[in-house]
Amino acid sequence: METTLYNIFSMLRYRGREGHWAWVLHRVSGLGVMLFLLLHITDIFLLAFGPNVFNTWLFLFKAPPFRVMEVFLIFGVLFHAVNGLRVILLDFAPGLGRYQHVIVWVETVIVAIVFVPAAVITLAPLFG
Amino acid sequence: MTTGDYHFQRRQAQRPPGSGFEFSAWFFMRVSGVLLLVLAVFHLLYMHMVIRVENINFDTVVGRWTGPWGVFWRLYDLFLLIFAMAHGFNGSRYIIDDYIRWRGVRVAFKTVSAVIAFVLWVMGAYIIFTF
Repeated sequence: METTLYNIFSMLRYRGREGHWAWVLHRVSGLGVMLFLLLHITDIFLLAFGPNVFNTWLFLFKAPPFRVMEVFLIFGVLFHAVNGLRVILLDFAPGLGRYQHVIVWVETVIVAIVFVPAAVITLAPLFG
Repeated sequence: MTTGDYHFQRRQAQRPPGSGFEFSAWFFMRVSGVLLLVLAVFHLLYMHMVIRVENINFDTVVGRWTGPWGVFWRLYDLFLLIFAMAHGFNGSRYIIDDYIRWRGVRVAFKTVSAVIAFVLWVMGAYIIFTF
């Protein structure tokens, strides 16, 4: 147990600037999206029990706390997708490693361009 | 700067040697990752930004599968289900390997996650082709 906790926290220790934080976020967002996927397949399976059961349970996702969770989900998927592309790029073109810090910042801008409007649209109903 | 546990960082940055299972898994993560970049991101933005969560109910979901584009959406969702679960399951396997040091617990976690992945695959595929 202590070793597991040690390993998890040692992940947060500073090691490699932008690339290191991108790696930590990649793991956390991947795990988070995976956990949502477990919930999501289960909720879609509720369709088998008919419209009443499905529509009743789906009210859960329309509640304000879930709108906030939704923003985390949108960020997780977008970040994981764009960062994954960066990982693939560096795997197949290792020469680009020289510009890896720049690539992380380019990635951040791409994620922000899609994420910020999506987050505003998602949270807007909460503020009327 | 410490380099003591630098190996944690190396897994995804380095291609595993040889042509065994770990190489196939590494390659699968790249191929399914690119597919999911299209499938999952479009699914997310379409359902959340175009359809919007407050409009999702039994009729919108089933209507999409039974409407004129039904075959397209069923195949789309099936591909998304297969690749997202496989990609996520293999990713969980990496995380379990990295952070759970006691062999018995590690095997238990992997077994449980494999069972969950399999059950959800069956549940998801079943519901896509129910209506």
